[in-house]
Amino acid sequence: MDYELIGITVLWTFLYGYLIVASIDFGAGFFSYFSSVTGREHIVNKVINRYLSPVWEVTNVFLVFFFIGIVGFFPSTAYYYGTALLIPGSIAIILLAIRGSYYAFHHYGEKGSKFYQFLYGATGLLIPASLSVVLTISEGGFIVVESDHVYLDYATLFSSFYSWTVVILAIVSVLYISACFLTFYAYKARDMDAFKVLRGYALFWSFPTIMASILVFFSLNEHNPTHFENMVDLAWMFSLSFLFFLGAVYYIWKEKNLGLSFIFVMLQFATAFYGYGASHLPYLLYPHLTIYDGFTNEAMAIALIIAFIAGLFLLIPSLYLLMRLFLFDNKYVQGKK
Amino acid sequence: MIEYDPVLYSRILTGLTLGYHVIFATIGVGIPLLIALAEWIGIKKNDEHYRLLARRWARGFVITVAIGVVTGTAIGLQLSLLWPNFMQVAGHAISLPMFMEVFAFFFEAIFLGIYLYTWDRFKNKMHHFLLLIPVVIGASASGFFITTVNAFMNSPTGFEIQNGVITNINPIAAMFNPATPTKVAHVLSSAYLTSAFVLAAIAAYALLRGKNHVYHKKALHLTMTVAAVFAVATALIGDLSGKYLAEYQPEKLAAAEWHFETSTEAPLVLGGVLDEDQNIKYALEIPYALSILAHGSPTAEVIGLEEFNQDELPPLIVHYFFDAMVGIGIFLAFVSIAYVVIKRMRKWNEHNRLLLWAILLGGPLSVIAIEMGWFFAEIGRQPWILVGYMTTAEGATTSAHVDLMLYLFILLYLILTVSCITVLRMMFKSNPVERELKNRGIE
Ligand code: HDD
Ligand code: HEM
Ligand code: HEM
Repeated sequence: MDYELIGITVLWTFLYGYLIVASIDFGAGFFSYFSSVTGREHIVNKVINRYLSPVWEVTNVFLVFFFIGIVGFFPSTAYYYGTALLIPGSIAIILLAIRGSYYAFHHYGEKGSKFYQFLYGATGLLIPASLSVVLTISEGGFIVVESDHVYLDYATLFSSFYSWTVVILAIVSVLYISACFLTFYAYKARDMDAFKVLRGYALFWSFPTIMASILVFFSLNEHNPTHFENMVDLAWMFSLSFLFFLGAVYYIWKEKNLGLSFIFVMLQFATAFYGYGASHLPYLLYPHLTIYDGFTNEAMAIALIIAFIAGLFLLIPSLYLLMRLFLFDNKYVQGKK
Repeated sequence: MIEYDPVLYSRILTGLTLGYHVIFATIGVGIPLLIALAEWIGIKKNDEHYRLLARRWARGFVITVAIGVVTGTAIGLQLSLLWPNFMQVAGHAISLPMFMEVFAFFFEAIFLGIYLYTWDRFKNKMHHFLLLIPVVIGASASGFFITTVNAFMNSPTGFEIQNGVITNINPIAAMFNPATPTKVAHVLSSAYLTSAFVLAAIAAYALLRGKNHVYHKKALHLTMTVAAVFAVATALIGDLSGKYLAEYQPEKLAAAEWHFETSTEAPLVLGGVLDEDQNIKYALEIPYALSILAHGSPTAEVIGLEEFNQDELPPLIVHYFFDAMVGIGIFLAFVSIAYVVIKRMRKWNEHNRLLLWAILLGGPLSVIAIEMGWFFAEIGRQPWILVGYMTTAEGATTSAHVDLMLYLFILLYLILTVSCITVLRMMFKSNPVERELKNRGIE
């Protein structure tokens, strides 16, 4: 593999990591608010809080990793995306800021402010919607490059059918991933009341998720036929994704093997996400920027890859410790610690 | 109406976000060290007061970390949004430490999460303390890495520019540029100093309000001792920073000192105002002191502003920032050393009201010193964003609507500040020390 591919693979992997952990977190915020509005707060909130409390900060780092890493590996992205995304980027920052701080205020400060909880729940859906815009834009047709001027064409963006399907997919996937995870977690915690409610959410959101994926698939054909053809070449990955989806839903339906079922959910998104990414290559921004002309110099690439590997040696054991203490420690999960 | 200028608004917005972030970043670097000291002393001396101190500090710390994280995320993205041209160059030369900084955060975040939720989970208390070590290391390492990036902007090394293209890049040389040693050392030591003073101010406030519990006295003793050590260190390293400037960025030092003509036996100018002909009025001059600050000898020659290209000079207002920082530094050193000395003298009372008031004042003053130091360092670098290579105007975005974003962020930071203060106050009011001591069966 050449350095360019290693670089984009590392970054894509972190984005995938963010997709999973952040979806759990975003969706949980929404469910927590939704259930308190519908009077079922006491049933599900314990499960949600027990899982979320120790890990919220870790989630954010995945995102930071991605956007700092991409400037390191592909400095030209800073120029194109940085210039064009001032407004959507700033809005995403503000939403993230509200969410992060009010999460902490709600949980570590004095308990039980409905307003904080509302902010937390609402931002959980708005953030994925606003972040998904970046992927939409990368398909080309929205960023205008004129000699030394780069800008985003909002009129085209907001009137594009494709961009709205992506937003819908982002929101329903968040709810689906999160509900599946929490179903598993509640089951582990032996909290059967919460389990029932959450399982209902998971099943409810599964169908819209798959419908939205199909919709995106076909609207991409309209928007960027080249990319669509590349995706068709990788059809096996997307078919695999569909099979994983069926497996996951089946187990949740049958109320068994819930751990495996969540692994299937992760695989469902992994295959689709890497399939999408691979077929997008070599473009970082269609058709202006590829991973080859936007790449950093060789010395920096090697330094970043070494730093990355060294970093993994530090991170993997630490993440393992975190998961052992809070995710796989049955006594903790069941609230006995 | 002034005409819309994206460069100007980008500078204001960057300064605003960084100036806000650095408050939380600074205590984010320093407080883990103090929590660790308190917990360690608590375990060693088997003194539950110190462990409770660690516990309560950690609880407040989470709130400030949250704001540190969200504003840090903001500045990380804003660097690309507001300075796309600069980041394109910086990405080639200095992205290594930025990348490593994220690992440091990661490491810190994981262990902070574990630490907070495992207070009573281990039989051996030492195990819980050990979880804090990665937090301390991670926090200081992130301060280290990001400061090397800023050092690089002040003295770019480790690359060459041939026909407008960057080549021959050496990421390690870029990271360990000439500004790195003094800059990193000064930033870290001032962060420990500031954190100690902020926590000391809280203890002093409690004592001033007549809460005479030994818990507060122990807190004051610990924080003031740490503050005394780092006040001296900060001043010494600050002196070395002056020597760095004299060698590599003499125009910044000259601007800070309103030193117009190159001369030997140069005096240090404190305060004062400039008239139209750039004559200094009403200032206090300390003879030879600038020569000593710059080169360590009273007779050394110090380069004046006259020798530089007149449109590449930093604004002269940085003089006041510099004076404020140094003045506060001297005050903090004086107060903390006074506390330590008086405490040693058994006959004297280290809890007299005057000293307590000075300590209370030291908390906000130390934060102001941090701000002044950064404003001096950053504005003193103007008109350059990368000294000698790229001006600030060249690095900026060309987007429309930066002004609108500025107003949005001002609003955001106002809301965050108000909420942060409210939450912290509620948190400690609803659970005062005395009650927590009882509830935990400490007394
Ligand atoms: C509590 C905070 C604090 C205190 C008491 C001091 N400083 Fe400072 N100073 C900083 C906090 C700081 C800082 C915020 O950390 C800066 C801003 C940029 C930097 O590198 O560190 C800084 C920068 C800075 C610079 C500019 C470095 C550069 O631009 O590269 C110099 C020359 C000094 N300091 C010198 C001093 C001296 C002689 C002090 C005497 C007591 C002093 N500082 C006290
Ligand atoms: C955290 C403490 C810091 C504070 C309070 C601070 C403050 C400021 C201020 C006030 C400006 C505007 C200067 C002007 O335009 O006159 C500025 C500019 C800037 N700073 Fe810093 N800064 C800090 C640290 C850093 C660090 C560590 C970096 C490097 C990653 C950095 C990167 C920049 C950039 C890119 C600009 C814009 C270009 C410029 O105006 O020179 N700053 N900062
Ligand atoms: C000298 C000035 C700075 C210091 C000492 C500093 C230090 C810190 C600290 C201690 C945190 C909290 C991290 C945590 O507890 O997890 C933080 C957050 C952050 N800082 Fe700064 N910072 C500085 C300037 C900057 C600059 C210029 C940038 C932009 C590149 C930046 C980027 C970030 C980011 C992205 C985060 C959030 C990390 C996360 O998600 O955990 N910082 N910073």
